[in-house]
Amino acid sequence: MTGGSELPIASNADVVLVRQQVRSAALEVGLSLVDQTKVVTAASELARNALVYGGGGMARVEIVENGPRKGLKLVFSDEGPGIADVEQALTDGWTTGGGLGLGLSGSRRLVDEFDLVSAPSKGTTVTVTKWAR
Amino acid sequence: MERVPILKLGDILIISIQIDLEDQSVLALQEDLAEAVVAHSARGVIIDITAVEIVDSFIGRMLATIAAMSRMLDAQTVVVGMRPAVAITLVELGLSLGGVRTALNLEKGVALLDHVRGATP
Ligand SMILES: Nc1ncnc2c1ncn2[C@@H]1O[C@H](COP(=O)(O)OP(=O)(O)OP(=O)(O)O)[C@@H](O)[C@H]1O
Ligand SMILES: [Mg+2]
Repeated sequence: MTGGSELPIASNADVVLVRQQVRSAALEVGLSLVDQTKVVTAASELARNALVYGGGGMARVEIVENGPRKGLKLVFSDEGPGIADVEQALTDGWTTGGGLGLGLSGSRRLVDEFDLVSAPSKGTTVTVTKWAR
Repeated sequence: MERVPILKLGDILIISIQIDLEDQSVLALQEDLAEAVVAHSARGVIIDITAVEIVDSFIGRMLATIAAMSRMLDAQTVVVGMRPAVAITLVELGLSLGGVRTALNLEKGVALLDHVRGATP
């Protein structure tokens, strides 16, 4: 496991930077082109959520290992209002922001491991991992 | 914020996305395009996403919005050049982009527009 890097998510431009950083880490891990595309797309959704709903936050990009397997672990955290009903938020089409309600549920499908921890007024942390095949 | 240029070719507007789209650029493009369709009396819009590495829910929604908006302004939209990895990811994300016409490349996109316009003069 390498040190990883922390990126702020405070503007739309930061969301683009997070995508670029995740893309280069995905290359380093050796993810296939399709898996790179999936994990960068998930990162874009989760970074935007942290910005729009969490009022900004941080993204952590880490390369992890499980035996001979390498993976990419991403952590998106914010100290925003949190999500009262996590299960509801993970339902396709559920939105409070006039979006498509696909960011959370869709990102979960795009990665191998997905963990969402949130508490009202404490913020939200989403951790995802994509393993090289 | 970078703006995406809109090119005019006859009565077709061509938008080739060559930058890493941030959300503000996406919103600006929607507005610029609606104005350009009316200003140039365009009948067709081609959005070339050959260089676009990811289409997330925000960009996907833009493509659907542009298609719907152009239709209301009497123009047809074709999205061309979607990468296979992007298509796979979009489906898994849950975005089907129903209502958005696609073609494999610019040439086929122009041919599709000609065909569509031939059918509905
Ligand atoms: N970091 C967060 N903090 C607080 N609420 C959140 C956060 N992320 C998501 N949510 C809540 O969960 C809902 C669903 O999020 P999701 O990303 O799935 O859809 P969306 O952002 O509304 O639309 P889109 O499809 O454009 O992403 C949001 O509308 C919001 O209410
Ligand atoms: Mg979202």
